[in-house]
Amino acid sequence: MPKKFLSGDEAFAEGVRLAKPDVISAYPITPQTIVVERLSEMVEDGSLDAEFIHVESEHSALSCAIGASAAGVRAFTATSSQGLLYMAECLTYASGGRFPIVMMNANRSTALPWNIYGDQRDSLSLLDSGWIQAYAENAQESLDLALMSFYIAENEKVSTPFMVNLDGFTVTHTYEEADVPEASAAENFLPPYRTENKLDLESPKNMAFSAGPEHNYIFKYKEHRAMLEAVSVIEEAERKFAEIFGRSYTGLIEEYLTEDADFVIVTLGSIAGLCRETADKLRAAGKKVGVVRIRYMRPFPASQLAAALKNAKAAAVLEKDISFGNEGAVFSEVNSALFRYGTFIPTYNFIGGLGGRNISASDIESIFEAMEKGLSEKINFIGIGGERQ
Amino acid sequence: MTPYIREKKSFGFEDIPENTAFEAGYLVTVNSGWRNIRPVVNAEKCVGCMQCYLYCPDGVISVKNGKAEIDYNFCKGCGICSKICKPNAIEMEDER
Repeated sequence: MPKKFLSGDEAFAEGVRLAKPDVISAYPITPQTIVVERLSEMVEDGSLDAEFIHVESEHSALSCAIGASAAGVRAFTATSSQGLLYMAECLTYASGGRFPIVMMNANRSTALPWNIYGDQRDSLSLLDSGWIQAYAENAQESLDLALMSFYIAENEKVSTPFMVNLDGFTVTHTYEEADVPEASAAENFLPPYRTENKLDLESPKNMAFSAGPEHNYIFKYKEHRAMLEAVSVIEEAERKFAEIFGRSYTGLIEEYLTEDADFVIVTLGSIAGLCRETADKLRAAGKKVGVVRIRYMRPFPASQLAAALKNAKAAAVLEKDISFGNEGAVFSEVNSALFRYGTFIPTYNFIGGLGGRNISASDIESIFEAMEKGLSEKINFIGIGGERQ
Repeated sequence: MTPYIREKKSFGFEDIPENTAFEAGYLVTVNSGWRNIRPVVNAEKCVGCMQCYLYCPDGVISVKNGKAEIDYNFCKGCGICSKICKPNAIEMEDER
C-alpha cells in the first residue's frame, strides 16, 4: 500500500474516493474545507466518478444527500460546527428515514464567541440525533473510518447514517504518514450499495411519511434497535478490514494499559495520544495508570466501559465539552454506564480544550496525580479549577 | 388515473417497516378531523375536467362516472377544489 504524507482532511478525502460515493453534496467550512476541495478536485480530474452538487447551505447539503440516498445511491457530505448545527433539522430526517449517509464532521467550537478551533461541543450536542458517531484520533484512522463507515451504515440491519468526527486542526490539518489502500482492495472490502429503501418506478413507495402516535413509537424503537445492531457490525467491519488491509481496530473503545491500572483517563479524539504518552512516562515511574479512548459515542460503549474500569480505583473523563448547567456530556454518559453495570468507582470530570485551548502533557499528568490523591471537586476545569472555585 | 386504494389493516410490531418506506398511497388512519367546512360536488354542474383532482393537495379527489368524487376520510377542507372549479360545481358547506 502506498504511503502518503496527508492531513486528516486529505486522508479522509482519500478514504471517500476509495468508497466511491455516487453523490457528494457539501458546503465548505473551516476546518472541514479541505475535504470538500479535494473531493471536488477528484471529481474534476475524473479519479472519482461522482455527482458533486454545489449547495447553498449545510441544510441543503444534507437534504441533498438524503434525496440521493432515497434514490438508492451512496451519498456523502461533510461539515463542522455551525454548519452541523444549521443542518441539525435534517439529521433526524436522515436517521428516521434510515438513510445510511456518511458525514465527516470537523469538531470545532460553537459560537459565540466566534472561534474556528477544535472542541467537541458541536457533535456531542447532537448525540440524540440518531446518527452513529465515531471519533478519529489521527489521519490514518480518519481514512480507515471513511471506508468502514459506509460498510457499517449500509448494513441492512443497521441502515443508519454515520458521522465521523475529526478534531478540528489537530487531526484535520496535521500532516502525518498514512497508508492509502489500493482501489481494488477497497472494492473487496466495500460492496456496492444495494437497498430496498429507495424510490423505485417498478415498486412505487411512499417515503418519509407521517406516522401518528400509535405507530411513531414503533418506528423510534426500531431505530434504536438498529443502532444497537451496529455494535456487532462494527466488529465484523473491523475483522474484514484487518484481513484485507492489515490494520486492526478495537471496536467501540480502545484500552491502553488498563488491565492492572488503578487510575484511568477516559477520553476521545486526538488528545488520547498525549494521554497514552503520559501514561507511559508515569508507568516508567511505577504508577499504575491507563487510558481508555472512546471510539464510538453512538452506539455508546456502556458495558465495554464498565468492564474496562471494573478494577480501577478511580477514573477521570477528559473531554472538550461542557453541557452548560450540568457537566461534560461524556462524563454523564460514562457515569450512567458505570452505574448501569455496577462498576462503582469514584469518577471525576476534567473539561479542557474548549475553543482549541491547548491541553498539555503536564495537565494530563496532573489529572493522574489528582486521581491518586483524591479530589474534593467532581467537575474540574483545566486551568481554571474546581466548579465552585 | 385510479384513486388510491386504501384497505384498513391492523399493524402489529412486525408489520411496521424498518424504514419510512411503504407501498405507495397507503394510509392507515382516517385523517379528517381538521375539517370544519366540506366540499360538496354538484353532479349536475360538474363537467369532469379533473382540475380539482390535479389541485387537491391531499390527493383525495377521484373521478367516477365522469364526475368528481371526494374521499371525506382524508379531505382536510382546505377549499382549493372549490376555488379552482370553473363551473362552480363545488360548494363549501359547514361541517355539522
